[in-house]
Amino acid sequence: MNREFFKKYKSIIGLILFSIIISIFNKDFLTVNNILNILRQTSINSIIAAGMTFVVLTGGIDLSVGSILAFSGAVCISMVSAGFSVFLAVIVALIIGSIIGILNGIFISKGKLQPFIATLATMTIVRGATLVFTDGRPITSGGSKGAQAFRNIGAGYFLKIPIPIYIMVIVFLLSYYLLKHMKFGRYVYSLGGNEEATKLSGINVDKVKIFVYGISGFLAALAGIVMTSRLSSAQPNAGVGYELDAIASVVLGGTSLTGGVGSVLGTIVGALIIGIINNALNLMNVSSYYQTMVKGIVILLAVLLDRKND
Amino acid sequence: MKMRKMLSVLLIGILVIGIISGCSNSEEKPATTDEPNKETGDNKDVKIGLVVSTLNNPFFVTMKEAAEEKAKELGYEIIVLDSQDDPGKEISNVEDLITKKVSVILINPTDSDAVANAVTAANDADIPVITLDRVANGGEVATHIASDNVAGGEMAGKFIIEQLEGKGKVVEIEGIPGASAAIDRGEGFNKAIKETDIEVVAKQPADFNRTKGLEVMENILQSHAEIDAIFAHNDEMALGALEAVKGAGKNIVVVGFDATDDAVKSVENGEMAATVAQQPEKIGALGVEAAEKVVKGEKVEEFIPVDLKLITE
Repeated sequence: MNREFFKKYKSIIGLILFSIIISIFNKDFLTVNNILNILRQTSINSIIAAGMTFVVLTGGIDLSVGSILAFSGAVCISMVSAGFSVFLAVIVALIIGSIIGILNGIFISKGKLQPFIATLATMTIVRGATLVFTDGRPITSGGSKGAQAFRNIGAGYFLKIPIPIYIMVIVFLLSYYLLKHMKFGRYVYSLGGNEEATKLSGINVDKVKIFVYGISGFLAALAGIVMTSRLSSAQPNAGVGYELDAIASVVLGGTSLTGGVGSVLGTIVGALIIGIINNALNLMNVSSYYQTMVKGIVILLAVLLDRKND
Repeated sequence: MKMRKMLSVLLIGILVIGIISGCSNSEEKPATTDEPNKETGDNKDVKIGLVVSTLNNPFFVTMKEAAEEKAKELGYEIIVLDSQDDPGKEISNVEDLITKKVSVILINPTDSDAVANAVTAANDADIPVITLDRVANGGEVATHIASDNVAGGEMAGKFIIEQLEGKGKVVEIEGIPGASAAIDRGEGFNKAIKETDIEVVAKQPADFNRTKGLEVMENILQSHAEIDAIFAHNDEMALGALEAVKGAGKNIVVVGFDATDDAVKSVENGEMAATVAQQPEKIGALGVEAAEKVVKGEKVEEFIPVDLKLITE
């Protein structure tokens, strides 16, 4: 019983202990303000990571999320600055992200491409499309009438809590529900566990894959909207390398890269650990040269220990 | 099972402690500089935050190191954060500095537009902001510190006057029309040669681009046989123009701007005559000095220009 408890909640226990240790060394760390700060900073990575969890659970990987983030963010803000309603701009951006994701899924399922290769290709194509679309220059919402409303998505507050935190929580609740309480979720796990067996049991494996990559694209676009709104500006090179933080969060959260095992709740813990590392090292005035190294070491240690525990 | 969990916690703990004692030695530094700074004994409470656009560029590394040195000299704690050219990371860095309750934030923006919300966030927390090298197009900034491009243009002009002994025909190759660097460098240059017998016989934009610099200069050489000097608003265009000059077999004084590696090499080889270099170390040091004034409530100018220097053979 005790053993089971530890096994199930080990990442959360690790996160709490990790936080306590940092707070001993830094008095600014465990304050309400800083916790909200960390959650807001984590929101973008964790929204992407939620989508990545679906993909990784099927045994796949999605490298195109950073590019989707940049492209949909750029489309969204250029619509806002052109005077379209913020609502319409957000919807269009989400549709674009979903379509790119669905295309990923089609290349992988119908085209029988390796997920790594297929999404590497879309990552490059979509990054190029972003450069073409933005002309290589940042796009700003400027003084358009929707600019302030758009800024609220990423920089606004509701009941003193930053709005991106609500978005993140909703994404995780829905993902959790989808994976644990719907047939689709069971298909995802079973596909990652044993693709052949899943196919033989009459499940449309291709459809599940397309849907999974669609979710990843959709959430990457959502993260792109939050990010662009937070900065009131879309950068042509936004989100470069974000796929790696998202994958690291998924793995830190205990999801197996070979698929079939893991949970979206683990992912949020993984995303928080990465967010806390960045924040804590900043607060402790650690040289930025060491920060990247420490991040890598913590990921390595956590995953190594996790393996031994199994 | 429990043992391993404990071990993992222990390891991470050791890592954290190691980092604190190993890398963030700046916390202890003020103690050693206390003595020469007796009149400013409260320095230890002043924390300066510096957010650098990227430390993957020697220009900004030099700027950062000069700022750190100046802070040490004045006895302030300085926290340097790297945005890795990602405005998303930049705003997070600024937020972390706000939670850390620093007294003043120096920002070297990754992008003038994208930094605006970060500046606003600091404004909302009543923390003064100083921008370095690049401006912020939004939010309130106490002062902006950057190279004085007008003075740099003037410096190039004076050098050409010297070389031509006050008389001759010059070509001015301009940067992207409307870009602040092009306007300022051109203004300084024309101010310098105004009262002399030096005449600008041709003036054309080549968009800061090397290939365009070559083409523009080739065309100019077709219509003007006698040219004594060329001033280009950046080194790329100067190097392009130099190729045209070499192709035509002429001997013309070429002066560029920026001191890029290629240009400095060309100056050393005696091909280009000179290039104007920015001084990142001065930008960093002046940034910390301005931060001190802002914290003490003293007045600072809206813009603090930093001089440039001429690199000749």
